[in-house]
Amino acid sequence: MATETRNARGAAAPRGASFSLSDPMFRAAFYQIVVVGAVVLVGWFLISNTLDNLERRSIATGFGFLEREASFGIGESLIDYSPRDTYGRAFLVGVLNTLKVSVIGIVLATLLGTLIGVARLSSNWLVAKLASAYVEIVRNVPPLLQLFFWYALASDGLPAVRQALNPLPGVYLSQRGLWFPVPSHDPIWQAMGIAFAVAVIAVIFLRRWAAARQARTGQPFPTGRIAFLLLLGLPLATWIAGGAPTALDMPVLAGFNFRGGLVISPEFFAILIGLTVYTAAFIAEVVRSGILAVNWGQTEAARALGLTGGQTLRLVVLPQALRVIVPPLTSQYLNLTKNSSLALAIGYPDVVSILNTTLNQTGQAIEGVTMIMGTYLTISLSISLFMNWYNKRIALVER
Amino acid sequence: MKLRILAATAAALAVTAVAGAEAGTLDTVKQRGFVQCGVNVGLPGFGSPDSAGNWRGLDVDYCRAVAVAIFNDPNKVKFTPLSAQQRFPALQSGEVDLLSRNTTVTLTRDSSVGLNFASPTYYDGQGFMVNKKLGVKSAKELNGATVCVQSGTTTELNLADYFRTNGMSYTPVVIENNDEVNAAYFAGRCDVLTTDVSGLAGTRAAVAPVPDDHVILPEVISKEPLAPAVRHGDDQWFDIVKWVVYATIQAEESGITSKNVDEQAKSTNPEIQRLLGTSAGMGKALGLDDKWAYNVVKTIGNYGEIFDRNVGPGTPLKLERGLNALWTKGGLQYAMPIR
Repeated sequence: MATETRNARGAAAPRGASFSLSDPMFRAAFYQIVVVGAVVLVGWFLISNTLDNLERRSIATGFGFLEREASFGIGESLIDYSPRDTYGRAFLVGVLNTLKVSVIGIVLATLLGTLIGVARLSSNWLVAKLASAYVEIVRNVPPLLQLFFWYALASDGLPAVRQALNPLPGVYLSQRGLWFPVPSHDPIWQAMGIAFAVAVIAVIFLRRWAAARQARTGQPFPTGRIAFLLLLGLPLATWIAGGAPTALDMPVLAGFNFRGGLVISPEFFAILIGLTVYTAAFIAEVVRSGILAVNWGQTEAARALGLTGGQTLRLVVLPQALRVIVPPLTSQYLNLTKNSSLALAIGYPDVVSILNTTLNQTGQAIEGVTMIMGTYLTISLSISLFMNWYNKRIALVER
Repeated sequence: MKLRILAATAAALAVTAVAGAEAGTLDTVKQRGFVQCGVNVGLPGFGSPDSAGNWRGLDVDYCRAVAVAIFNDPNKVKFTPLSAQQRFPALQSGEVDLLSRNTTVTLTRDSSVGLNFASPTYYDGQGFMVNKKLGVKSAKELNGATVCVQSGTTTELNLADYFRTNGMSYTPVVIENNDEVNAAYFAGRCDVLTTDVSGLAGTRAAVAPVPDDHVILPEVISKEPLAPAVRHGDDQWFDIVKWVVYATIQAEESGITSKNVDEQAKSTNPEIQRLLGTSAGMGKALGLDDKWAYNVVKTIGNYGEIFDRNVGPGTPLKLERGLNALWTKGGLQYAMPIR
C-alpha cells in the first residue's frame, strides 16, 4: 500500500494538478470524504427523523425529568434514598449499586480465577481434573441460568425469616438475606480511616527507600512484613487510643423482618456469586495460558541462580506471564461489569433496573437508554484506561 | 458523478422513509391484512395463551373485536406479548397498532408518553395479597414488610405513595418478569405481593400452590382504569378502537348478545338499528362497514359476555362485576351514545 502511494505520487506529479479519479491520491481522499459524508448523512437522518417522530407523537424529550420526584422505592442503596428523592438520585443509587457488585465481583473473580487457573496446571491429577471440570461446566452454561440458580438457592434453599439460622450470636441467615452485627456509629471510625491512609502513604515511601537501599548496598529489606504491620497496626493503635469502643448494632427480629445490623440481600448474593463464578472460569483460562506462555527454561534458569520457589514465581515467571494475562483479563473485567445488567432478572436494583423503571414511568426511553449506554461506556473506558496503564507499566522494556 | 447518484439515493431514501410513516393506521392494517396487537406475556383472564397456544382473555378479546370490526374475522390478529417495560416503546415505534394489555390510564401516559386511551375495559384497583399464616387482616399492619412488585408499572408508584402516606416503611423487591415476581412471593422472599386486584386473583387462582393459603387484603389503594391504547396522531384509528369498546358496552345495555343479535337486528328500536347497522351511516363515519358492530357482537359478544367468559364468577378468577357493572346497575361501564 505504502509503496503504491509513493509510486503514484511520483507518476501523478508531472501530469500537473488535474483532479481525476484515476489519481490514487485524489481517489483515496475522495472515498474517505464520501464515507464520512455518508455516515454524517445517515446519522443526521436518524436523529432528525427520531426528533420529528417524537414531536409528532408529542412524546416529551430532554433530561428535565431527572429533577422530578421519583416516587418509587429501591430495595438497597449505598446512599440515603427515599421515594421522595429525584430520578437523578435514583440513577445515582443504581450506578453505585452497579459499581458495588462490579468492583467486589472483579476482586473475587480474580482471586478465584487465579486459584482455579493454577490448580488446572497442578501435578495432582484430582485437583487438575476438578479445575478442568469447573471451567468447562461453568463456561458453557448461560450466565442468566446461573443467576436463576443462585437466586433460587438463596430464596428457596434457606429457611423463612422466622426460622432463620443463627450460627453465631447476632448472625442470622434466612431467605431474606444474611444479617450480621456491625460496630455502632462512632467518630473513631473516621480517625481509623485517616490512620489507614497515613499507613498507605508510609508504605509507599518505605518501598522506595528499601529499593534504593538495596540498589546501593545489596541488602534486602523485609518490606512486606513491615508494610503489613503498619497497615494493620496504625488503625488498631488509633482504635485503642480512642478508648476501644465495642458497641455493636445487633440485628433483632421485629415484626416482619430483622432490624439493625447489616444485611447481604439474596439478590446481591445471587448476582455477586453468579458473576464471580462465571467470570472466574474465563479468568482461570487466561491465567493458565499466561503461565504456560512462560518458557519452562525461565524457571530452570531462576532455580539455577539459587532463587527460592516463591522468588522464582514472583520475580521471574509472574512478571512475564502478566504481559500475556493482562490484556485478556481487561476484557473479562469489562464482561463482568456488563453482565451485571442481568441483575434486572432477579431484582437487584442496578443501574439498568432503575433506569428501566424510570423510563417506564416517564416514557422517555431514548434518554433512559442513552444514560444506560453512557454509564457502561464510562465504566468500561475507565477499566480499560486503568488496565492499559497497568499493562504499559509491566510491559517488557526492550532496548 | 458517483457522488450525485449517492446523494440522490440518500435523498430518495429519506423522503420515502418519512412518507411511509404518514399513512393512516387503518389503511396500513387493511393492506397488511391483520391487526398487530400488544398483549400481556401471561396474565390469566386478561391475556395469556391457553394449552393449545391460542391467546385468551379480556384484553385479547378486545384485540379480536377490533379485527372483527375491520375484517369480520377474529383471527386476523397477530399477538405480540409485551412486558411492562416493552409495551410503550413497542406502541410508540409502530411495532404494534394497538396495546390491549391491562394498562392504567394516567396523565403522563396520555400526554408525554404519547398515548391515546379508549374507554376502560376494566376498572381495577391495586391491592395486597399475603400468606394467611402471617395473620395480617389489613394493609395498615404492613409496616416493615418486604413487598414483591413488578418493575415499570404504576403499581410501584402507588406502593411507595401508600406506605409514605401511612407513615410506614417497606423493602421493595422489584423484578421485571411477572412469573419471577410471583415465584419470589410464593417462595417466601416477600411478605406481600402487590398488583391490581384482578391480577392478584388471577395469580392466586392459576399460580398459587394452595390458593386458599393466600388472602387478598380489603384495602384497594389506587384507581386503575385499564384501557386499550393507541399512538397519538391518528384520530381515525383512535376512534375505531374507542367505539369498538363502546359498542360492546352499548350492546349489553340494549340487551343484545351474540345469541340474539340476528333477532335484534330486526328490531324497530332506532338505537339498536343504528348500532347494528340496519340503518346506514355509523360505519362509514369510522371508515368501516356499517355491519361492524353487528359483527363484533355476533363474533365476540357484548361486554357482559366478554367479562363473564374471561374473569367472571364462573371462571377461576371469580371476579364480581363490582365497578364494572353497567351504569344502569350501579357500575361505571357507560357507553357514549352511538348516533
